[in-house]
Amino acid sequence: MKSKTTTKTTYNIPVGPIHPALKEPVFLEFEIDGERIVDVDVKLGHVHRAIEWASRKRNPIQILYLAERICGICSYCHPAAFALGIEAAADIEVPERAEYLRVIQAEIERITSHVLWAGVAAHEIGFDTVLFLTWEMREKMMDLTEFLCGNRVTKGILTIGGIRRDITKDMLPQITKSLDYFKDNFEKIRHIFLDDKTIKLRSQGVGILTKDDALKLCAVGPTTRASAIKKDVRIDTSYFAYGDLDIDYITPDILTGEVNGDVYDRIIQRLLEIKQSIDIIEQCLDKMPNGDLVSEPKIPKLLNQLKKVEGEGVGRHEAPRGEVIHYVKLTGEDAPFTWKVRAPTYNNILPWIPMLKGEQIADIPIIAASTDPCMSCTNRIGIIKDGNRYELRKEELYRLSVEKTRRLMR
Amino acid sequence: MGFSMLPKVLSQMFKKPWTNKFPAKYQPSNTTKYLKAVGAGEAKINPPIPTPPGFRGKIIYDKEKCTGCRLCIKVCPCEAIEYKEEDKKIKIYIGRCCFCSQCNDVCPTNCLSMGDEFLLADSDPYAKALIVE
Ligand code: SF4
Ligand code: SF4
Repeated sequence: MKSKTTTKTTYNIPVGPIHPALKEPVFLEFEIDGERIVDVDVKLGHVHRAIEWASRKRNPIQILYLAERICGICSYCHPAAFALGIEAAADIEVPERAEYLRVIQAEIERITSHVLWAGVAAHEIGFDTVLFLTWEMREKMMDLTEFLCGNRVTKGILTIGGIRRDITKDMLPQITKSLDYFKDNFEKIRHIFLDDKTIKLRSQGVGILTKDDALKLCAVGPTTRASAIKKDVRIDTSYFAYGDLDIDYITPDILTGEVNGDVYDRIIQRLLEIKQSIDIIEQCLDKMPNGDLVSEPKIPKLLNQLKKVEGEGVGRHEAPRGEVIHYVKLTGEDAPFTWKVRAPTYNNILPWIPMLKGEQIADIPIIAASTDPCMSCTNRIGIIKDGNRYELRKEELYRLSVEKTRRLMR
Repeated sequence: MGFSMLPKVLSQMFKKPWTNKFPAKYQPSNTTKYLKAVGAGEAKINPPIPTPPGFRGKIIYDKEKCTGCRLCIKVCPCEAIEYKEEDKKIKIYIGRCCFCSQCNDVCPTNCLSMGDEFLLADSDPYAKALIVE
């Protein structure tokens, strides 16, 4: 924010980059009038980890595991989008059974992530008992993940052209047990989150994102759907096996009959999505055909095949937080020529501005948390100079470089 | 909130805690001494929760079967595997391994497999327990 020279009654407070309520580094500068937020400016770019750069000396199979580490919570979404990109570039056909298994994994991840979020949201408004309750439920899903993948967090389950582990008949009872547990306990967390007076007071009418703003700022995922925009990659572009499944857009008015776009609606949205995910997993378990798991079981052969490919591909996947996009370009070498990641939080940061304006300082954590931000995934490049953020083009980079040389010569 | 959570919180007070106290029920005053006592058979370890089937733990390497084809080195995302030129075998640094089991999948002679050992923390990344060869 530029400092103004007029006499003003407002004052500025910076929050972040490291702030206990936000956990991940993001810098917010607020213009405050008493308790009310007049204006806010968001600055990103504090945790750039050069992941895309690190991919330049790795082959696509190795990048899968690098992509997994972009985010700890979406450790399935990133390799999924990357694999979709590679498959699009190399025209790889994925066996049908693998497509269903991929959906199951994606939905398990969505449930885990949304339950985690519910706990964090409760923690942000000071209900740590609810945090522990929801995370106890999350633990069941983590156990299921471990059972299906062998790892709790970085699942390592997806591969290019298929999936690495099957779900056999004798595994089904364990899966249904976990899903039933969720169904039985769903009412409990629904009651705590949606009927509680205090939670209502803190979340209803707070952090409103209007439909217009959500459209204009390109919000994605639950954040935009809670403002009644029907946007969901799973339905818009059918990938994996989503085309064969019975799913529909979820918006909060299904439960309440109206959409306000506030924090409360975003809570409803995520709770409804948990329910939808359970339903999708059950459909998959029902409909799953028999067949192969991967298109090419011999990995060296697959790598050789990918080495010959020249082309580009885009992978889009509906991550728990919204649409994640990966772009890959292969030029007939071991490593891809480019790999570009656009994580959903990138789109969900700007909606913070209309959400936060006019609210109170104490609402910052819950409003920020209500979009389920994930900074480390988002940061691809960030340039901040004199408090201004801008993109650098080639000419500008050149100019800066010349300037620096001149400075050094002086 | 107090109200909707209160019954749950109260009933929780009388339930057994979820946490499995591993390796000991209470923090021993001296860990080294405690482990020594366990080794001598004087104290007992509170057992960990068993790992599920298909768990990805410390890699087991069957040296005899390995042909030294180096495919595992090619796919390992962490550069955790080193090739030993003289005897044409491999050496795995578990300290770098990310337990993706990609090397298991690629190995043509199936000489690698994931074990179920998970207590792998060590202050020395080159400790004997963290090198498989
Ligand atoms: S499990 Fe993965 S990281 Fe570990 S040695 Fe094998 S390929 Fe490398
Ligand atoms: S892939 Fe298997 S056979 Fe080849 S070097 Fe590695 S361990 Fe040995």
